[in-house]
Amino acid sequence: MKLYRLFIPIAAIILAVLLFGTQGFAAGKQITIKGSTTVLPIAQAAAEVFMEKNPAARISVQGGGSGVGITSLIEKTCDIADSSRKIKDEEIAKAKTGGVIANEIPIAMDGIAMIVHPSNKLSALTRRQIQDIYTGKVSDWSELGVGKGKIVVLSRDTSSGTYESFENLAINKEKVRPDALINASNQAIASTVANTPGAIGYIGHGYLSKKVKAVTVDGIACTRENILSGKYPLSRALYMYTNAKPTGDVKAFIDFVLGPQGKQLIEEEGFVGLK
Amino acid sequence: MNRTDSNSHSSGTFVGCVVGDSEYGKCTPPSPPPGLRGVILNAKWNKITEKLGFALLWLCMAFCLFFLGAILYFIVVRGAPAISWEFLTSVPRRAMTRGGVAPAIVGTFYLTLGAMLLAFPLGLASAIYLCEYSPKNVSVNIIRLSINNLAGVPSVVFGLFGLALFVKAFGFGVSILSGALTLGIMALPGIISASQEALTAVPQSYREASLALGASHWQTIKKVVLPSALPGILTGVILAVGRVAGETAPILFTAATFYTRDYPTSPLSEVMALPYHIYALMTEGTHPDEQTSIAYGCALILLAMVLAISGIAIIVRGRQRRSYGT
Amino acid sequence: MDIRTVRETVYHWIFAALAFAALVFLIGIILILFKEAWPFFAQYSVTKALLGQSWYPTASPAEFGMLPLIAASVAVTVGAMAVCVPVGVGSALFLHELAGPRLRAVLKPTIEILAGIPSIVFGFFGMLIVAPFLQNLLGIPTGLNAFTASLVLGIMAVPTVSSMAEDALSFVPASFREASLAVGATRWQTLTRVIVPAAGSGISTAIILGMSRAVGETMTVLMVAGGAAVIPRSIFDPVRPMTSTIAAEMGEAVTGSPHYHALFAIGLILFLITLFFNIIAEIVSRRFRLKLGLGR
Repeated sequence: MKLYRLFIPIAAIILAVLLFGTQGFAAGKQITIKGSTTVLPIAQAAAEVFMEKNPAARISVQGGGSGVGITSLIEKTCDIADSSRKIKDEEIAKAKTGGVIANEIPIAMDGIAMIVHPSNKLSALTRRQIQDIYTGKVSDWSELGVGKGKIVVLSRDTSSGTYESFENLAINKEKVRPDALINASNQAIASTVANTPGAIGYIGHGYLSKKVKAVTVDGIACTRENILSGKYPLSRALYMYTNAKPTGDVKAFIDFVLGPQGKQLIEEEGFVGLK
Repeated sequence: MNRTDSNSHSSGTFVGCVVGDSEYGKCTPPSPPPGLRGVILNAKWNKITEKLGFALLWLCMAFCLFFLGAILYFIVVRGAPAISWEFLTSVPRRAMTRGGVAPAIVGTFYLTLGAMLLAFPLGLASAIYLCEYSPKNVSVNIIRLSINNLAGVPSVVFGLFGLALFVKAFGFGVSILSGALTLGIMALPGIISASQEALTAVPQSYREASLALGASHWQTIKKVVLPSALPGILTGVILAVGRVAGETAPILFTAATFYTRDYPTSPLSEVMALPYHIYALMTEGTHPDEQTSIAYGCALILLAMVLAISGIAIIVRGRQRRSYGT
Repeated sequence: MDIRTVRETVYHWIFAALAFAALVFLIGIILILFKEAWPFFAQYSVTKALLGQSWYPTASPAEFGMLPLIAASVAVTVGAMAVCVPVGVGSALFLHELAGPRLRAVLKPTIEILAGIPSIVFGFFGMLIVAPFLQNLLGIPTGLNAFTASLVLGIMAVPTVSSMAEDALSFVPASFREASLAVGATRWQTLTRVIVPAAGSGISTAIILGMSRAVGETMTVLMVAGGAAVIPRSIFDPVRPMTSTIAAEMGEAVTGSPHYHALFAIGLILFLITLFFNIIAEIVSRRFRLKLGLGR
């Protein structure tokens, strides 16, 4: 069998194609966007439409959590960091030592909704109650007067901006109970709550659906109006961070997101566009 | 009648010379295997124990097959609706709820290709050294130990290694190159083992005949041993391809990205990959209803690939066995 | 020295050099793991890290107690072995003793297919099908827990254990079996009291390698085990083994931060554990071969 004689030429051809043949595509520079899973649907939808309008543009979108995004920005492995929390001071400092100036661009408003299974009788929570549940003081639904059973507490992993916002706004920066189920994204929490009668979790407003039931916090419901007006206690801004003021393709993309079409996409995905 | 040190009981026979009961018909007193000391034979409940024991074994096998069947069933049934020509050839659209997974397929292809470009030459060379040049010194043991331990390293540790070395230290960044190199190192032990098996299966007489005719050692290897061993070696490569294409942990931090519309333009770009795509859709997907079925489709593609590879391996092994007459 | 001898020697040395690639890579992995993990152990005492019970890497001050992670890996591995050993060894025994040549020709490739299924597919299947099924069946709060992870992981390890155990069984000389049957033992007694003990070391090797595989598995446990960094009190508690911790948290750890080094430290521990298993398996398997007179 002389097949192996063909191996070297074939390998060479494949290598050549790989290295040179596809260079033709490379027109614009690639924009890399990483970060918050809350902002991910906005970034992705915007990237898709933007690329349709600008065929030369190339955008790559990833999730991972706000922490991942900001870390990547600091390490210059992404151009835009999506974040559902404000950048921390030590992160700004670390960026500076690496020559990166974190430029903050708010792009939307969001509310963190507290959700339970649709069959759950609960319909209202106070922030005090949320704190007690999440720090381990309350563990059974009977303590809230809505039936029996262990409360399955869902939280996000530490790279999540949603988690950080929740930590700041809802539980006063206390530590989440160690037996909380850690999920990697808003969607993961939504799916788990939808399938687990005894669960409670928190997600961005954009992830609300009929499969889960949102409860009021301190008497206020998580609706667009309440978020925009600031009445809803767990409201927060969503950001995109860039390295210094954006230029070129990155600027074009950011302008697109902040423009009317971007606002429409933001609203479509369930968030609240900035005025 | 010989008796071994066993308890005496009124029922059953002792371990010893059993006339007419042995498979050989004639009674030659064998020394009973050590495990049977003290065992009562031919008691009635031995048969019952045997039946129960064998039933248990059937159960074990059945459990195994049941799980495999369940996986195949669910993935095929739920993944098939997602598969279409469009699915296989177009890019994701509408926030990953429409369109296809072609970039992921292409990404997986490039990663696997790169991994094989690294692992195949190195692996084959190692196998040739171990089998054909068989040095009688300690180097063989060292290499063998290295291979076995490399094979046992967890996939996520490979990912860490790839991250620290290729992505950061060498500066390749998150790219096909980093991912392929990491996957290549993972695949190396598998290729070495398979090549070794293939090379040792070549009858020694082939080599002796070649040398007797005056060929040099290298000529023998190149023109006689390698061509005969080629089917086995290729089987090993194909199996390694299957393993590498399905790996997620090593490419998590070294190569993969969630969404990019275009195909990779250089070895230094990030890629989508099928296994990572499943993970990303299930954990970060924003529209689970549609995306779950897309994930099933990806799983089906991976499964089909595994089945195809196993099929090829079986066929090649069958042919090899026939050609050597074993 | 003619050109032919020179060429042959050159080829010899080229192959020798390339063959050491495996060793080079292995050493490379060890070096990198130590280099990146060392800063963590320099700052954080080893006992505090291994026995600490709080894993809060992003709190300030950060806490890096790894005990919950290690306990989770242990729990999931032990659970996986509880599934894998009976099913794997049982299947091997079945193939060895009860399956005729045609049945064997069908079943062996089938087990190989199971071996080839990627771990992500197992995790996916576990998360979407097994976990909800168990959740409904057993009425537990969530199906994403150590039990489900053990189950799926156990099945994943079955082909490894089964094929190695079967190899070990086939190495037992036929004379053992014949002698046993000749004295009147039933096939079952032969199997359990003669053949299996004789193949004992080989089967032990298989089990140890299966354990090594289970402890190192990442994607399956990432998707199925639940993700709570706490020492499990029951088999139905969600857990977070070492592998899924690394996979989940690496992305957000800034290069060079304590968190980054802590994750590499976990990787190092993981590597040492699997190294340990491999060495034990090597020793056991060598004794096995000597015992059966198979030489080196």
